Amino acid sequence: MTVFAISGFTLHTLSILMRFIQGGHMPVANLHEAASLFAWSVVIVFFIIEIKYRVGLLGAFIMPMAFILMLSSSILPREINPLSPVLQNYWLWIHTLLAFTGDAAFAVACGIGVMYLIQEHFVKAKKLGGLFHRLPSLRVLDEVNYRLITIGFPLLTLAIISGAVWAEGVWGTFWRWDPKEVWSLITWFFYALIIHLRITAGWHGKRSAIMSVAGFVAVLFTFFGVSILLKSIHEFK
Amino acid sequence: MSILVVGLNHKTADVDVREKIAFAADEIPAGLSTLKSITGVNEAVILSTCNRVEIYLSGAGSDKISTGVKDYFSALRNIEREKLEAALYMRGDYDGVRHIFRVASSLDSMVLGEPQILGQLKSAFDLALKNSSSGIILNKLMKKAISVAKRVRTETKVAENAVSIGYAAVELAKKIFGELSDKVSMLLGAGEMAELAAKHLTGFGVKEVIVANRTFERGCALAEEFSGRAIEFSQFKHEMAKADIVICSTGAPSYVLNKSDMEKIMKDRKKRSVFIIDISVPRNIDPAVNDIDNVYLYDIDDLQGVVDSNLHERQKEALKAEEIVKEEVEVFFKWMQSLDAVPTIVALRKTAGDIRDEELTKLFNKLDGLGEKEKKSIELMASAIVNKLIHPPTVALKSDDEDRDILIAAVRRLYGINGDMK
Repeated sequence: MTVFAISGFTLHTLSILMRFIQGGHMPVANLHEAASLFAWSVVIVFFIIEIKYRVGLLGAFIMPMAFILMLSSSILPREINPLSPVLQNYWLWIHTLLAFTGDAAFAVACGIGVMYLIQEHFVKAKKLGGLFHRLPSLRVLDEVNYRLITIGFPLLTLAIISGAVWAEGVWGTFWRWDPKEVWSLITWFFYALIIHLRITAGWHGKRSAIMSVAGFVAVLFTFFGVSILLKSIHEFK
Repeated sequence: MSILVVGLNHKTADVDVREKIAFAADEIPAGLSTLKSITGVNEAVILSTCNRVEIYLSGAGSDKISTGVKDYFSALRNIEREKLEAALYMRGDYDGVRHIFRVASSLDSMVLGEPQILGQLKSAFDLALKNSSSGIILNKLMKKAISVAKRVRTETKVAENAVSIGYAAVELAKKIFGELSDKVSMLLGAGEMAELAAKHLTGFGVKEVIVANRTFERGCALAEEFSGRAIEFSQFKHEMAKADIVICSTGAPSYVLNKSDMEKIMKDRKKRSVFIIDISVPRNIDPAVNDIDNVYLYDIDDLQGVVDSNLHERQKEALKAEEIVKEEVEVFFKWMQSLDAVPTIVALRKTAGDIRDEELTKLFNKLDGLGEKEKKSIELMASAIVNKLIHPPTVALKSDDEDRDILIAAVRRLYGINGDMK
């Protein structure tokens, strides 16, 4: 399992690098590239969490997610589009890295949230079968879930700020209520709410897990929905 | 050469018989040497635990040996012969080896898959080694039994999942809280069951124990036992905000805690998870409490259900374990057979004869012009040398000496005769 994950990740890294060399810019110009990079970031965050916390069975929940992202990437048009030269500066790197690692942290938090809900159901319903024994304790799941949110949240915050600064340089204005900007802000508020409720009202455990799954739905909409359904200046073409 | 198991266990003998037969550790050396003095016995190992007393013997003539062992028991323990015969079982050879492997793998234990028996078997073997009562056969048998037990443990799940109420509760607590070292546990009521459960949990290192009992003095006594803190019973709802694990057995005829009480408590403890074990009958805590978020309420039946399903899992795994045992018994008997003298002698003769024939052919090819007569003489001489060389080992192998097994093993190794087991 681990061997497959590592070799898959290595090959994926190579393919992204080749695309980078071929296109001459960071491969985030279209949705195919963005989804692929998203999957790549999710796997990186997964590896970090796996090494640090050894959450049993986490791979079984995260790898399918990476698989679906790769699948959607592979059905999208894959030609290399030119990236407008005005966008090609270091802000591209800063903004993209912040946004993708933040989203990846939220993705893994969502996977752990699902694990929490499954394990919680077992304990509550008193059905203690094989999966119950293999899944980690509720406490570990809850803690790692929250840890990921507190990592993802500042990254998202910085991604929005850096995006605004970058926009000011390129388009001359910090903020123009573009759908991408609006949905990023909604996502930001949602995760801020999760953290706020946890600190002030003790919303942890089941509620926190549900919120982290819902939050990731918002992330996905901001990422894919806005590009596909709404008109945005920030779309992946 | 045969193997014999003589013994009794929790299935065949009541505790009053078992405790009479059981060996104290310091009685075992004397026991081993007496057993070895029984006619026909070559090697002996004594395994004595709370649930079983078994003697493993290797020697010749099972019938003689078994009578001897029965005599030994009834003389030693002053027990009626009838009672003893009713409790004892004898298993020879195949059944005996299978029995020992099953015991080591905890397939014959009162609690299927319990881990202590392997350790007990190891120390029984150590004692026999120290008293040099275990030799080539039992050494191999005991080592094999230990490795079979390990194989069973790694290849099946026969020893997994808690099968007692106490361990099931601890296992659940761990799945909820991860570590228990920063958790506070509360005892509601100071009944025996509650005490037992609390002992289990404190054994796994909860940080603090709070005891709330109707009779404050009894509560204090129990709190002292766990170096905890006693509170007035009327205060328990207030203090429960601090408790992560609550064990309840107040003996009250009705609920002492209902849903709205618990909701208030959860508010006070900022909705941190709480695990409540209600072991009282009738139940003391309203089952509706389980509907509150982050509250996990288990009553005695729930825990029993967990134990039953875990036990059921173990029983399914035991079937796989039996297959492993069967396989390993076959392997062991292959080795036993290889120790038999006759095939070893035949193989030794064949080896020697092959060498002779090979050398003769080489020689005759080299020397031309030998007549039939000369050839015959050379052949006779070669045969005479070979026969004289293998005569003493053959005699030794055929003898009934005590060390015959060692000789057989040695000959097989020295002459590279295969069929030996690692």
